[in-house]
Amino acid sequence: MTMHGLEIADLDLSVGGRTLLKDFHLIVAPGEVTTVMGPSGCGKSSLLSYLCGTLEPAFQASGRVRLDGVAIEALPPERRRIGILFQDDLLFPHLSVGENLAFALPPAVRGRRERWARVEAALREADLAGFANRDPDTLSGGQRARVALMRTLLAQPRALLLDEPFGKLDRHLRERVRRFVFDHARQADLPTLLVTHDPADAETAGGAVVGFPESLPATRANLLQFGNNGRQQA
Amino acid sequence: MLRFLPAITLLVFLGPVAAGLAGTLLPAFGYLPALGGEEVSLAPWRRLAAAPGIGTAVRLTLTSGVLSTLLALALTIFVFAAGHGTQALTRVKRAMTPLLAVPHLATAVGLAFLIAPSGWLVRLIAPWPSGWQTPPDVALVQDHLGLALTLGLVLKETPFLVLMTFGALGQVRADDQLRMARSLGYGLVQAWLKVVLPLVYPQIRLPVYAVLAYSLSVVDMAIVLGPTTPPTLAPLVLRWFNDPDLAMRFQAAAGACLQFGLVAVAIGVWRAAEAALGCLARPWLSGGARGGAGTVARAAAWAGLALLFGLSSGSLLSLAIWSVAGRWRFPNAWPEQLSLERWADQAPALSGPAWTTLVVGIAAAVIALVLVAGCLENESRRQRRPAPGALTLIYLPLLVPQIGFLFGVQVLLVWADLDGGWLALIWTHLLFVLPYVFLALADPYRSLDPRYARSALALGRPPWVVWTRIKLVMLLRPILIALALGFAVSVAQYVPTLFAGGGRFSTLTTEALSLSAGGNRRVVGLFALTLAVLPLLGFGLALALPAWRFRHRRAMRVGA
Amino acid sequence: MMRALLTMVLGVLIAGPVAAEPWDATLAEARGQTVYWNAWGGDEQINGYIAWIGMQMRQRHGIELVHVKLTDTAEAVARVVAEKAAGRNEGGSVDLIWLNGENFAAMKAGDLLFGPFVEQLPNFRYVDTRDKPTTLVDFTVPTDGLEAPWGMAQFVFFHDTAVVAEPPRSIRALLDWARAHPGRFAYPAPPDFIGSTFLKHVLVELIADPAILQQPAESADFEAVTGSLWQWLEEIRPYLWRKGETFPVSGPALHQLLDDGEVDFSMAFNPAEASAAIGAGRLPESVRTFILDAGTIGNTHFVAIPFNAAHKAGAMVVADFLMSPEAQVHKQDPRVWGDGTVLDLDAMAPADRARFEALPRGIATLAPEQLVPVRPEPHPSWMVAIEAEWLRRFSS
Repeated sequence: MTMHGLEIADLDLSVGGRTLLKDFHLIVAPGEVTTVMGPSGCGKSSLLSYLCGTLEPAFQASGRVRLDGVAIEALPPERRRIGILFQDDLLFPHLSVGENLAFALPPAVRGRRERWARVEAALREADLAGFANRDPDTLSGGQRARVALMRTLLAQPRALLLDEPFGKLDRHLRERVRRFVFDHARQADLPTLLVTHDPADAETAGGAVVGFPESLPATRANLLQFGNNGRQQA
Repeated sequence: MLRFLPAITLLVFLGPVAAGLAGTLLPAFGYLPALGGEEVSLAPWRRLAAAPGIGTAVRLTLTSGVLSTLLALALTIFVFAAGHGTQALTRVKRAMTPLLAVPHLATAVGLAFLIAPSGWLVRLIAPWPSGWQTPPDVALVQDHLGLALTLGLVLKETPFLVLMTFGALGQVRADDQLRMARSLGYGLVQAWLKVVLPLVYPQIRLPVYAVLAYSLSVVDMAIVLGPTTPPTLAPLVLRWFNDPDLAMRFQAAAGACLQFGLVAVAIGVWRAAEAALGCLARPWLSGGARGGAGTVARAAAWAGLALLFGLSSGSLLSLAIWSVAGRWRFPNAWPEQLSLERWADQAPALSGPAWTTLVVGIAAAVIALVLVAGCLENESRRQRRPAPGALTLIYLPLLVPQIGFLFGVQVLLVWADLDGGWLALIWTHLLFVLPYVFLALADPYRSLDPRYARSALALGRPPWVVWTRIKLVMLLRPILIALALGFAVSVAQYVPTLFAGGGRFSTLTTEALSLSAGGNRRVVGLFALTLAVLPLLGFGLALALPAWRFRHRRAMRVGA
Repeated sequence: MMRALLTMVLGVLIAGPVAAEPWDATLAEARGQTVYWNAWGGDEQINGYIAWIGMQMRQRHGIELVHVKLTDTAEAVARVVAEKAAGRNEGGSVDLIWLNGENFAAMKAGDLLFGPFVEQLPNFRYVDTRDKPTTLVDFTVPTDGLEAPWGMAQFVFFHDTAVVAEPPRSIRALLDWARAHPGRFAYPAPPDFIGSTFLKHVLVELIADPAILQQPAESADFEAVTGSLWQWLEEIRPYLWRKGETFPVSGPALHQLLDDGEVDFSMAFNPAEASAAIGAGRLPESVRTFILDAGTIGNTHFVAIPFNAAHKAGAMVVADFLMSPEAQVHKQDPRVWGDGTVLDLDAMAPADRARFEALPRGIATLAPEQLVPVRPEPHPSWMVAIEAEWLRRFSS
């Protein structure tokens, strides 16, 4: 019986002769947040790039990825329906907040009025009503992070990847934004994969935690076990 | 589609250069069936060797070319060594861009108006305090040592080298290195020379070679400022190309090959000198001399800059004043009357060449932009690193002297019955516009954070939309600047218009040069001023448009 | 009677189109053509006149005239030569060329000209071929109808009366004057036509037997004949402007030097050029013209059509208009150009003649009786040889 959600199987990933991942398997159920932790350079971000379809040519990868039962490893990035958030909010600086959000709306949503209504709804959801015409550069870090998430959600993704997205926020803001992101991800029933250094992120995420070992490659066998509190178990 | 673009670009771009070189080399050895040359022989070379004035022409070419490059490089080094990191340097950068935009011929004509014995500078000091009632009989322009030409070249080449060095500094993390050296006790100038220069120089090597190649083979500036009996090599060869005696064509082709050889040898010797200097300077680099506060360097830099800006703006002003002057006898410091009469009655004569200049310039710049942006996007999509030899290939048309291969291009065009048409003209201009557009756009394009594109793709938008609505718009300012630069380069071209235009096209540059032989300063000043203003307008637009478009977008506003 | 009338009507109807003038056919063919006229562009008064011609052509005949400005007529000759050698026998890039002397001789010898066509031009009947023999013989070479005359030139010198009250009136006197006033005399560098013609004046005065110059140069001993020329030039060289290191590039450039006070004399091929320059504010009002006591060289300038011109009909129409009384009187007006006319005032309509006679002479222009004697041009081969030798001696 296959589960829906994000299913990664038989993934081998190497670069320049170094094998980062071998025979890697992972399943993330809808609405669940799985955290990936490990030392730098061990392939966590490359895993996300692979899932997005934007892996650099220097890498070799082979494997199978299914999203909601559909194989996506051969699809171009824009057809995968996988959203991604980075440490920098990467709001398009030349578009207003509203235009950034509208950019994410599928073309199937027609008509200015309808599109703009959705944008306003998203802004209200993010507690930023009336910010549609603002210059993104004038928003605070926390506000921008919220807009970035709403933008990703408006594209109606089927999965969500988070590449250390809270790294630049201070501790207080971090907690609020974290909850905001996870709540919405769960609400939208999205399988979410979070890459982070911070155990507190894993704790708030509350889902499975996968650890990449100190020595490469990471295989199914040698993935470290972490408890749900992000602390390594023996 | 996009993946063919680099190949297409190379073909459009290097094909003519290679064909042109071949097309000039063969006639140099007597082979050009179209003009009756059926046999390979050394006769053209013998005639070249026997041509009156050839030795002097070569000597003048080498001295003016090498000296001007050395001076431009020296001034650039002094300016950076003395001013690194200071506010003044940023202002210098901003001021250099318009200087770069003004076409070489306009600067040359203006400089001649300024420094000639009957020019404005002398009029300012005559009759008091110099005591001159008539202009002194000294050759200050078209002197037979080529010093006026050297000066004109320095005025134009220094801004180019300065701007290229700015770009190079960004690549090299100069600030960190400098901070380290200063913390070790080195004065600013010594630190810059010992730590930053060795890192920066390899980055600006190709621009320096381009400057050297240009200075050795310039035609329009040499005709206005350089010696006349005999001139430097390139104008001499051009004269031979225009001679009705067909045998001169072969001699001219040989001369063009000689020009190519001169540039190649000069670059080779310069390279060797670089290596030698590198070796000799090693002990000095680690010798430990800390240096002082750098006052001498600073003084030299300031003096040089003052001279540069003073002469450049003085040149432009001279053009403007002469274009509206009524009677202006020597030794008055100012015209007796000012009138717009010249502008009124030359307007029709001005409009034709101005129109041609605009059309060719815009077409060449736009085509170059499409090709370059396409190649860069292709590179970005495939996430390829730029090939190491690629930059040299890009620089190739700038390193090969124009007169060295344009004759061959013309032969090709005549054979294909394409000469004298707009296509040939735009294509020939494109050869020289493309490298500059590439240089202006490559770094900003490559350094745009790729995650913007990745985010946009992840939002489900197709690559085409991502490219046009996100990437290109974010790069609007560099794109417009590249366009403006390409336009400026096209406006300044002289030899390509002559060769590809088949005599049918006159641009502002060719008009101004042929008028300058007539000695009517008012009309020449008028044409040269218009010539200067067009690219400046282009740059003005390139800076104003993004500023207006992004007036509500703080992150898009870049400090100049 | 009816039959006669019918025959007449039928005759007119049938014969009408057949009897159309060949010139009308040329005019019809020329309409809509673009004529590329390659002409020296170093004097903007002449450029202005050519622009006026262009306007007239557009209005009267629907012809678009493009003035391709040359620094040296040889450039256009070179282009036609190259096209012929490349086999381009039609659709050439030069339609009409302003030339005379060496350039005409070279093109005629090289079979590079279209024609003869001049007799077909209606306005040729006004040309004064009798009293102006140079309209048919160009530097001793017969035109054979291959080039149409459009202006008369005579070499004159300028001086600023405020600086030099009495100028030297012979070549030898000029050398003495230069010794007394070093750096105040210059001549344009050959092959500029003013400079070349100045050299001709030196040669003509110093040579023992001027008649030799009417023969081709090969038939004489070049060294022996021109020896005195080179000697004079070498003697004056250290006293020249800039000590002969550099030379002005053209006649108009020399005018600018006169205006700036750098030299005391200038030269031109147009007796009215000084007046025109004064009127345009380019020379001070005290400038006057003079000729040498032994007279100066005069010639005619022509337009010709290359054999492979793309728009021959249009070129012919332009050439014809250049010889028309309207064009000639406009040209002779010193406020426009001041160039002399090739036309015979007796041969034209009285109204046109009156317009010529009403033209102002210009304050610096000599009267016709002051411009004699007019000396003939030497055979073109002399200039070719002299220019090459000058370059060898003074340009290395």
